[in-house]
Amino acid sequence: MTETAPALRTTRFVVSRRKEGDDPGALRYDTYDVAVGPRTTILDALVAIRRHLDPGLTFRHSCFHASCGTCGMRVDGREGLACVTPVPSGAEVVVEPLANLPVVSDLVVDMEVFYEAFDEAGRPLVRASESVPGSTPAEGIEELERYEDCIECGICLSACPVAGSDPRYVGPAALAAAWRVVEEPRGRDPGPVVRLMDDEQAAWRCHLAWECSEACPSGVDPATAIMRIRRSAASARARRLFSFGGTR
Amino acid sequence: MTITRLPRQPYHVLVVGGGGTGGALAHDLVLRGFRVTLVERGEVTSGTTGRHHGLLHSGARYAVKDRESAVECIEERRILGRVCPGTFEENDGLFVAITDEDVAYEPLFFESCLASGIPARRVSRAEALRLEPNLNPELKMAVQVPDATMDAMRMPLRFFATAKAGGAVIRPWTAVTELLVTDRVVGGARVRDLANGVEEEIRADLVVNATGPWAGQVAVMAGCDVPIRPSPGVILAVRGRWCNMVINHLHASGDGDIIVPQRGLSVVGTSSWVVEDPDDLGVPEDHVERMYVEGAKMIPAIRHAERRAAWSAARPLIGSRDADSGRELSRTFKCFDHRETDGVEGFVTISGGKGTTLRAMAETTADVICRKMGVDAPCQTREVVTLPHTAYYAA
Repeated sequence: MTETAPALRTTRFVVSRRKEGDDPGALRYDTYDVAVGPRTTILDALVAIRRHLDPGLTFRHSCFHASCGTCGMRVDGREGLACVTPVPSGAEVVVEPLANLPVVSDLVVDMEVFYEAFDEAGRPLVRASESVPGSTPAEGIEELERYEDCIECGICLSACPVAGSDPRYVGPAALAAAWRVVEEPRGRDPGPVVRLMDDEQAAWRCHLAWECSEACPSGVDPATAIMRIRRSAASARARRLFSFGGTR
Repeated sequence: MTITRLPRQPYHVLVVGGGGTGGALAHDLVLRGFRVTLVERGEVTSGTTGRHHGLLHSGARYAVKDRESAVECIEERRILGRVCPGTFEENDGLFVAITDEDVAYEPLFFESCLASGIPARRVSRAEALRLEPNLNPELKMAVQVPDATMDAMRMPLRFFATAKAGGAVIRPWTAVTELLVTDRVVGGARVRDLANGVEEEIRADLVVNATGPWAGQVAVMAGCDVPIRPSPGVILAVRGRWCNMVINHLHASGDGDIIVPQRGLSVVGTSSWVVEDPDDLGVPEDHVERMYVEGAKMIPAIRHAERRAAWSAARPLIGSRDADSGRELSRTFKCFDHRETDGVEGFVTISGGKGTTLRAMAETTADVICRKMGVDAPCQTREVVTLPHTAYYAA
């Protein structure tokens, strides 16, 4: 346990143990009883399970403060980062891997699909600092929504009902990353990114469920980004049509 | 930039430990022509590496008392800026003097920075407040140094990504159950794939113990001794980006004397004690409270900022087993060739150090390995630009 305060209660953890190659419909869960305190997080409890009860339990984690995005999972059916999700007050909690990504082992999902879409959208940018003498912050940077806050956790993809029904959809995180290239191009021509995202499996595939923006643990608003890409793509099309007509 | 493709070496190196050091070492060894396998019991960077506060050290923090570490930091800080473009927020650091005692300490600090090769600039109270309006208005003066910030996981991930692209086999969720030792020669390891439970032997010409604070536990598997003190510290992340530069308390190292902005969070660190087992750290609430109190001395708004997370990370400090707080131990690193220290062949330990010096740790270790194997291959990691972190997962 990573809690020094006296444990107040025991919670039964019901943890998915599905492995790569298992029938996706197969139900495989193990249960563990863990002593938890008021500040124990889901990640603390999983670390304790691995240390004291089952060294074979696999899950991803790294930073312990909602910054690296590795510990996204579903807790009682809702997406969250295990490191900042307190153990719920009930007697039992169900912990499962993210949805819409292939399971590797237990709570570990394969992030390849996620990152491939992300790479297509453009590299995530690190913001140049705004207050240091000599730096040249982008004009109006304070007003920009901080898409750089995306921690690449895959939670939006897991929460997205469209991604659940169609694996070809590039997903909310990639679209938010693409919009960031448009908002803050840093010398790049955002045109190709907009054209890439102006696709039936990209910006136009979204059903406006807003689950992505709801679930994001980092305050990114992919749904709004998607709406803006649509607007931008539509006006780019209109411009192309107009200028085409004009040159004839 | 040209990468010299060095001739393939007939040697296989097994790296135990998937922290930043292991990743950087895999990268270095691949460039020198070795066949490399890396095993890590969890996700890569899930031990100490991923848990650090995200500071790319200018070295200023160590300038007064640990010159060797300070010089290492400034040199590595410059190299990493080159080989990991786009990874760092070049926000600089500000060491703020708040009390008269701090001001009295400043000349030694400033001169020590310059003597360590760390560019430092004195900043007046007014300018400091203009740069960082949330600073404690009682501050007397400040010193600006080239600190920077990063994601503690994503920077090292670039080394893993590049090593993997170069042919290294990176195996997370693979635990070492024993080292294969015959007649005081280490010839590989027995591992368990935690995803499927399968056990196997991985044969290697040399095994590197790159397990940070766990280095003592792994060394024992080969009958060797490594003087590592796992020294945990508590780190607190609060909501709100209360500064854009890295804010440090200008005094001799103490608890809660740094605030690192990280996206929409401010990360306050750290405390220091020593433990036997880096798997049993705990997060003492009184240490968390100290982060609030000490952090608020630099930025008063920290006191009432919403807690996002508090956690512990174990530094792998090298030194006397008698150390009791960890603060007196150097932050530099050391590579142990166990033939020299324990009479055991085929086994090397790299430990100590910090995130900022991961590449240098790898270079030193790869130099030792080349010497042991009789391989003449120069280090190329000072020049080779690493792949973006996303390449690690995107394959």
